[in-house]
Amino acid sequence: MPKIKVENLTKVFGPNPKRAFPLLEKGLSKDEILEKTKLAVGVGGVSFEVNQGEILVVMGLSGSGKSTLIRCLNRLIEPTSGKILIDGEDITNISLDQLLELRRKKFGMVFQRFALFPHKTVQQNAEYGLEIQGVERNIRAKKAREALELVGLKGWESNYPDQLSGGMQQRVGLARALAIDPDILLMDEAFSALDPLIKREMQDELLALQSRVQKTIVFITHDLDEAIKLGDRIVLMKDGKVVQEGTPEEILTNPATKYVEKFVENVDMSKVLTARTVMKKSGNVAYPKDGPRTVLHKMQEAGISSIFVVNKENRVQGVVLAENAAEAIKRGEKDLTNIIETDIKIVEPETPVHDLFPLMTDIRYPLAVVDDDRKLLGVIVRGSILAGLAGGGN
Amino acid sequence: MSMPIPKIPIGKWIEQLIDWLIENFSFITKSISNVTETGIDGFIDILMFFPPWIMIIIFTALAWVITKDRRIGIFTVFGLLLIWNLGLWGATMTTLALVLVSTLISISLGIPLGIFAALYNSFYRIIMPILDFMQTMPAFVYLIPAIPFFGLGAVSAAFATVIFAMPPAIRLTTLGIRQVPIELIEAADAFGSTKLQKLIKVQLPIATPTLMAGVNQTIMLSLSMVVIAAMIGAKGLGSEVWTAIQRFKPGMGFEAGLGVVVIAIILDRITQGMSKKTEKQN
Repeated sequence: MPKIKVENLTKVFGPNPKRAFPLLEKGLSKDEILEKTKLAVGVGGVSFEVNQGEILVVMGLSGSGKSTLIRCLNRLIEPTSGKILIDGEDITNISLDQLLELRRKKFGMVFQRFALFPHKTVQQNAEYGLEIQGVERNIRAKKAREALELVGLKGWESNYPDQLSGGMQQRVGLARALAIDPDILLMDEAFSALDPLIKREMQDELLALQSRVQKTIVFITHDLDEAIKLGDRIVLMKDGKVVQEGTPEEILTNPATKYVEKFVENVDMSKVLTARTVMKKSGNVAYPKDGPRTVLHKMQEAGISSIFVVNKENRVQGVVLAENAAEAIKRGEKDLTNIIETDIKIVEPETPVHDLFPLMTDIRYPLAVVDDDRKLLGVIVRGSILAGLAGGGN
Repeated sequence: MSMPIPKIPIGKWIEQLIDWLIENFSFITKSISNVTETGIDGFIDILMFFPPWIMIIIFTALAWVITKDRRIGIFTVFGLLLIWNLGLWGATMTTLALVLVSTLISISLGIPLGIFAALYNSFYRIIMPILDFMQTMPAFVYLIPAIPFFGLGAVSAAFATVIFAMPPAIRLTTLGIRQVPIELIEAADAFGSTKLQKLIKVQLPIATPTLMAGVNQTIMLSLSMVVIAAMIGAKGLGSEVWTAIQRFKPGMGFEAGLGVVVIAIILDRITQGMSKKTEKQN
């Protein structure tokens, strides 16, 4: 059974909204319906499923209905029609009390502009969900502290939100949602208000966190790079309807409509950008003398799953994957000889981004960018290419 | 020149309405009047219980502690000493008592009404035009019907003052709550807050600075009205001014006016200090 199942969900704003239904059935567009009836279609018949432990990214530009959609899931906005099944139970017609109970126990929500309570400390913010459930003071303080620690905010408990940077504020937002230990996290453009560096960092941390807590996450974004990086599956929306649903790969390689194509093909400034412009200067490298344990530790510190091995002159020798390092540790090996992969793909800094895509499809580690002497200049992951394209280079 | 169609007897209707109200409800208003009168007298008794110099120390300490501003402390000392020196101490305490009682009534009615108006749109739509009416109708007009209901003196003064001074308390409470950013409301809702939890834990704390600005406005308006209320027999600084007008004694009028100014500045700074304090806590 899917954790969340949305069936033909529709939200129409305006008086007597059902008037829009026959027009929707006829397949009229949002604009046409607005013109004819003065009704605004937020979400027009959307269906999808989210499985336990999965990150589903709902992506679309502003006006696509994605924010309305996520608010329908916990009924911050009342859907006009359709079903929302949480653990198989339809929540669209439960009573107010049941709804409050559901929001308290099952949903944690993270907002674009953080929505922290300015009059409460970081700790009190993180406690909010538990406080309104009437959880005893000591227990809720403990749970909130644990949640804050999980997002790396230990020591900031007694500060007020306005004393924190944007990235840290959103960590509080995340901790506030995690403190109630919900099954489902609703994240509404959670990282969109952060500057690009912090945003990337938060994305990495969310993924790391998710691998530990295994929540069911519905993540809203307008950023293709983010969608691809985070999503197990992506639902692409336009004008209140789903235009394509699939894994990031499917969407990138097989855009279903012109609209999706345009999104993906935005990308075609890729001929202008080179490997140098999109690569990340990597300070995280391993050395031939390192043992598997050291290497694994370095990867964990940096939150990466593979690491390049360079010699003293910074020349690339090969790459080690985290899982192989872990295996080697189990086998009791002391050096990297068995696990280093030396047959790796390298590119020159002047290679156009356009030519990088085919290289990246079947490797499990980033591309190494090297100079004429095979010295490591930087690394490229798929996300950084897309970030580069979206931002026109770093 | 009068209009060819006969005059609409609005004035007559109002008088009939008031007569009817007096006939049927004056027993209620009279008992309210008794309670309020006792309250005001009690307040005056407390303020007059200590000799002026002790009260001056208390007021100064209060002003200083609340505002944390030495200059306001100094102003309070000299301002009150001046009032004492001019022989206006008794009148000033009477005025202060009347202002405090009126403010207390205004706030304890106004804040709940303001909350109600903020939460229920239909109530908002009803009350806002009434507030406009209350504030724009010349204040003197309230004095006239107050007398048959509450008798001459302090209670009628308090009644008229409350009507005149309550609107900002209602308005700014409503404004403060409505200004709470929508995403904070959504956050409160998303975690399953009940309406009451949302109000107490989110909306009111965030609205407090605006709400305090309303309290400040109410006090200032009370003070200005309490002076006008001298015309229906309220004692205090206002009646000094009123006497000065009737006897054409500009010096006496100026002295009493100065007393009002001193009290106004002290009360204003203290309440502003309080609202700044709450703002800082936010």
